[in-house]
Amino acid sequence: MKILVCISKTPDTTTKVSFTDNNTKFNSDRVQFIINPYDEWYALVRAIEIKEKSNAHVTIMNVGGADNDVIIRKALAIGGDDAVRIDAEADDAFFVADQIAQFLKTEPYDIVFVGKETIDYNGSQVGGMIAGLLDLSFISLASKLDVDGNTATLERDIPGGKEIVTVQTPFVVSASKGMAEARIPNMRGIMAARTKPVKVLPAFASERLTSIKQYALPKEKAGPKMIPSDNPEELVMLLHNEAKVI
Amino acid sequence: MSVLVFVEASEGKFKKPAFEAVTYGAKIAAMLGVETHALCIDEADEAELRSLGDYGANKLWFVKNELFKNFDPLVFSKVIIQAEAQTNSDVLVLIQSYNGKAIAPVLAAKLRAGLVSGALDLPRIENNSFLVKKNVFSGKASATYEMHSAKKIISLMPNSIIPEKTVNNVELVELKPEIADTDFKIKIKEVVKASGTTTLSDAEIVISGGRGLKGPENWAMLEEMANILGGATACSRPVADIHWRPHTEHVGQTGIAIRPNLYIAIGISGAIQHLAGVNGSKVMVVINKDPEAPFFKAADYGIVGDALEVVPKLNEAFRKFKLGN
Ligand SMILES: Cc1cc2nc3c(=O)[nH]c(=O)nc-3n(C[C@H](O)[C@H](O)[C@H](O)COP(=O)(O)OP(=O)(O)OC[C@H]3O[C@@H](n4cnc5c(N)ncnc54)[C@H](O)[C@@H]3O)c2cc1C
Ligand SMILES: Nc1ncnc2c1ncn2[C@@H]1O[C@H](COP(=O)(O)O)[C@@H](O)[C@H]1O
Repeated sequence: MKILVCISKTPDTTTKVSFTDNNTKFNSDRVQFIINPYDEWYALVRAIEIKEKSNAHVTIMNVGGADNDVIIRKALAIGGDDAVRIDAEADDAFFVADQIAQFLKTEPYDIVFVGKETIDYNGSQVGGMIAGLLDLSFISLASKLDVDGNTATLERDIPGGKEIVTVQTPFVVSASKGMAEARIPNMRGIMAARTKPVKVLPAFASERLTSIKQYALPKEKAGPKMIPSDNPEELVMLLHNEAKVI
Repeated sequence: MSVLVFVEASEGKFKKPAFEAVTYGAKIAAMLGVETHALCIDEADEAELRSLGDYGANKLWFVKNELFKNFDPLVFSKVIIQAEAQTNSDVLVLIQSYNGKAIAPVLAAKLRAGLVSGALDLPRIENNSFLVKKNVFSGKASATYEMHSAKKIISLMPNSIIPEKTVNNVELVELKPEIADTDFKIKIKEVVKASGTTTLSDAEIVISGGRGLKGPENWAMLEEMANILGGATACSRPVADIHWRPHTEHVGQTGIAIRPNLYIAIGISGAIQHLAGVNGSKVMVVINKDPEAPFFKAADYGIVGDALEVVPKLNEAFRKFKLGN
């Protein structure tokens, strides 16, 4: 079985977000970049667990520049076997999905993992788009995945609960919380990762369908209205009369 | 040209996000001077379907077919594309719900249409560019996207716009897609519904607790508050990690992102990753015994005090208020 795990690079969760060039560019100055948590903690770890049980081969996929090699090495240290980086700027979900879809046409995989969403652009798009481009089944927001031969059983988030579904390989799955427990790479993994192959491919011809024109930061709040703890009635009145939310 | 809105019913009934989406679609159609079509693949009855017309749909396409009890984004997008072709739509609106998140990107790829997911506001059209705003960096900022493709798909974040009724006479048209059982490659084995009446992502009022509550036994008073106010309960990540509460209640950057009208945070410090999932709330109340807790900076109303003392008193006050109204 061949598994492709798509990983994206995002600013660390503690990042204080700011912009430059008149709010048209993200300010990456002194920002620590990490593997998108959904990709690392859930998709990648689950893929490796499947590999450990059934001898699968796990390839890491990233669309991005050479500065992404750091996160690719980390994914290999956690347990990926090899990696493919498509050398292009990842600035539009359709463009990224089309790169991965065109790669998959040249080299098919049984399971394509993506994360639920990237925590920077919160698109939740790339996985579904790969599926749409290749007519593959897409199971979104899966919190559990088991494979038995060609059949996978998944749990998928639905409003107020879960749905248990089955599907045949090949398919695309987006991993949400619960699918696995995060792993920290050990020394042996880090050493081994140094010599694992990372193939760099030139970008496939495609197009970008969206672009970001302008960013904005939320308005600063004026500071809360404080209510004495022995007067909860005042809070209730404020929520009713002033905030009008009850 | 037209605008096509895909809406979902839940057990035959439409919820607020459906009315928001139709209002949103109708407003875009008005901007472009075109008609608004809505499409529903569900078992809603005629009266329920007609209710969508009140929000500005000129024509409502409905699909009645038992097969669609199954959910497969490939099949759903096929039906939407059929409606899109019949209505000649250039702008498609979906809801950023669980199913919407699965369908919208599949549809976008098939139509080679740009997609903005989680739109917060009506698009702006400026010098021929089509601009849509959404949150990025898990709510730490917003971004305005320009859509370059001829076809455009927007999935609307629930609770972002106010549904508006208009006087309107909707025409109902049945759409009969040629779909067979074998088109559904994803098979549903079982549906597990969590208990509780209001689901967290739909809730307009959310009562949330953190590690400051000391133990799971103290959630009874939060559940009581949620009951009085008709809201849902939520929690911070460590609380879910130590199993005081189920993981489905964990909100934040790596949990569920919510946008209720009222968020009451009790015994939560207000870490940046927590705020990222809740800062879309319209009004935030923070109850914390530490006056220096970072959450107060993001709050609209604050009470400094011990949750175990403040919450029961506040519940009493909420109950009195509800009885008087
Ligand atoms: C990559 C990453 C992702 C993360 N994602 C998330 C996420 O999605 N969601 C999330 O919530 N966290 C997330 N976190 C964790 C986050 O950083 C914080 O650790 C967490 O939110 C803290 O939870 P807490 O406020 O419940 O607990 P604490 O930080 O322990 O705070 C408890 C608070 O309760 C107050 N308190 C104590 N006793 C009382 C009392 N008797 N009455 C009233 N108040 C009292 C204290 O003053 C304190 O402010 C993430 C962290 C990382 C590194
Ligand atoms: N540049 C990229 N390279 C590889 N995979 C990506 C890239 N961007 C996004 N993905 C994958 O697609 C998922 C969803 O991303 P998004 O649609 O941007 O929210 C991520 O969790 C990744 O698994």
